[in-house]
Amino acid sequence: MAELHTPAEKVALARHAGRPGTADYIKALFTDFFEQKGDRLCGEDAGILGGIAMFHGRPVTVIGHRKGRNLEENTRCNFGMPSPEGYRKAQRLMRQADKFGRPIITFIDTPGAYPGLEAEAHGQGEAIARSLAVMSELNVPLIAVVTGEGGSGGALALAMGNTVLMLENAIYSVLSPEGFASILWKDSTRSAEACDVMKLTAQDLEQLGIIDGIIPEPPEGAHANPAAMFDAVDAALQKALRQADRISDPAAHRHKKFRTMGSAFLQEPGKDLF
Amino acid sequence: MLNERFSDRRQRLLRLKVMREGGRLPSSSRIDAPAIFEQCPACGEAVSKRQWADQLYVCPHCGHHRPIGAYQRLALTLDSGTFQELNDGMCASNPLDFDGYDDKLEGLRRRTGLSEAVVTAKGRIGGWPAVVAVMDGRFLMGSMGVAVGEKVALAADTARKAKLPLVIFCASGGARMQEGILSLMQMAKTAEAITRFQQAGGLYIACLTHPTTGGVTASFASLGDITLAEPKALIGFAGPRVIEQTIGQKLPEGFQRSEYLEEHGFMDAVVPRGQMKSTLMQLLRLHAKGGARRG
Repeated sequence: MAELHTPAEKVALARHAGRPGTADYIKALFTDFFEQKGDRLCGEDAGILGGIAMFHGRPVTVIGHRKGRNLEENTRCNFGMPSPEGYRKAQRLMRQADKFGRPIITFIDTPGAYPGLEAEAHGQGEAIARSLAVMSELNVPLIAVVTGEGGSGGALALAMGNTVLMLENAIYSVLSPEGFASILWKDSTRSAEACDVMKLTAQDLEQLGIIDGIIPEPPEGAHANPAAMFDAVDAALQKALRQADRISDPAAHRHKKFRTMGSAFLQEPGKDLF
Repeated sequence: MLNERFSDRRQRLLRLKVMREGGRLPSSSRIDAPAIFEQCPACGEAVSKRQWADQLYVCPHCGHHRPIGAYQRLALTLDSGTFQELNDGMCASNPLDFDGYDDKLEGLRRRTGLSEAVVTAKGRIGGWPAVVAVMDGRFLMGSMGVAVGEKVALAADTARKAKLPLVIFCASGGARMQEGILSLMQMAKTAEAITRFQQAGGLYIACLTHPTTGGVTASFASLGDITLAEPKALIGFAGPRVIEQTIGQKLPEGFQRSEYLEEHGFMDAVVPRGQMKSTLMQLLRLHAKGGARRG
């Protein structure tokens, strides 16, 4: 695949206001969507959208980050930055999918989990950690598609998939390029430089073995031709689901996959430094 | 006889490692003149070096808990002569070819005697065998990269296979930026390994120390069957500065401290350093099968 855009351009495309989001994919790719709200503990977070739907005649649980389409929606969804309530709702939906034997499809598009006072008071760290634990135990397949921004732990909390796919111009990283530049170089204006060294593009991540495949986008980006984008994602999901059906033990499969991430870079040089 | 010699050697090795990191064990500081003072970073009172060591680096005036090195923590937690380090040389290369990272790691290894930001070991706590992992904030803020994630996961695997309880002392700035997305994936790896260990019936006690933030809080640090913390440790997902910038207001006093988490339902108990070992012993006793010592 030819590199059409620089990493910094991809970051801009991944954040483009017109880029299709979770709600758009659900509307275009699924039928009979029934939205499930609330974490059954204390709240409802619109920053994560989830429910049950039919995917080519088969019931699935679908969950994703929701950024919102206009300012009013943006505010309600907190620009796709979930609170603990959102992650706990996702856990509830995943456990239910497990109970009823439904595969889970997630759409990842978040700048990150919300760094706010209330989010901390309600245990943002615990909520993400628990989501990872819940995903470790699922006996149904989970397919994650990074559609826009895969921002840090807030993205990973929906993305421990048996299959993890990325759109051609999506990004996935440990931190935003701005945050990365600010932490390592104390200068957030060097974000373009950070984009180059962070290896956050789909192409880099495929090479590192973090993701399983790339879904090609229309030349100008997903927002330029949403209909073509929906077709490509639909085809990729059908293929991924067919492959996932052949996995006899999805939990063991995920374990093996995530247990070895980064292992290629491990070494044991001198035993001791004395 | 042979056992005693091994036990002696283990204790001497641990003492050397503690000295290497500049720490001192209680009443082992005969070489220190009592008149060398170090100010408490919290209250500013002068405290002699010997007193710091005898008080386990807790200020006798204000109770401030100073961070301590991983080997020092192990020496305070494990019974004398029972320390057996696991995977001690394990480290990671520079996966993203990040400029200057190799040199930084090399310098830190020389300076601290640590090969990475976590030390994992087998040992006994008041006679109870356990696997213990201790993070060390001096090594790139205790950040989690591939090696830290692997060592924590291996500690959980070891505990699962040997049917031993697992104790992790957390201290971390979060994911290691220099290893990028691979650091993020260590959150999945560690959470997964801990979950498997717990599914197999294992007891995991998380002891959170100052500071525990970011990707470590959002993975294994928050998954303890029992969660303890040292007093006034900063514990959170986002750092206080990021939150202040986001919400545009000052944070309340005590926000994200151990006591705040206890109040909000995320902590079983805040335990001062001097009572940590006895608390761990109590918990291990309460979880012993049939009340008998295992191992």
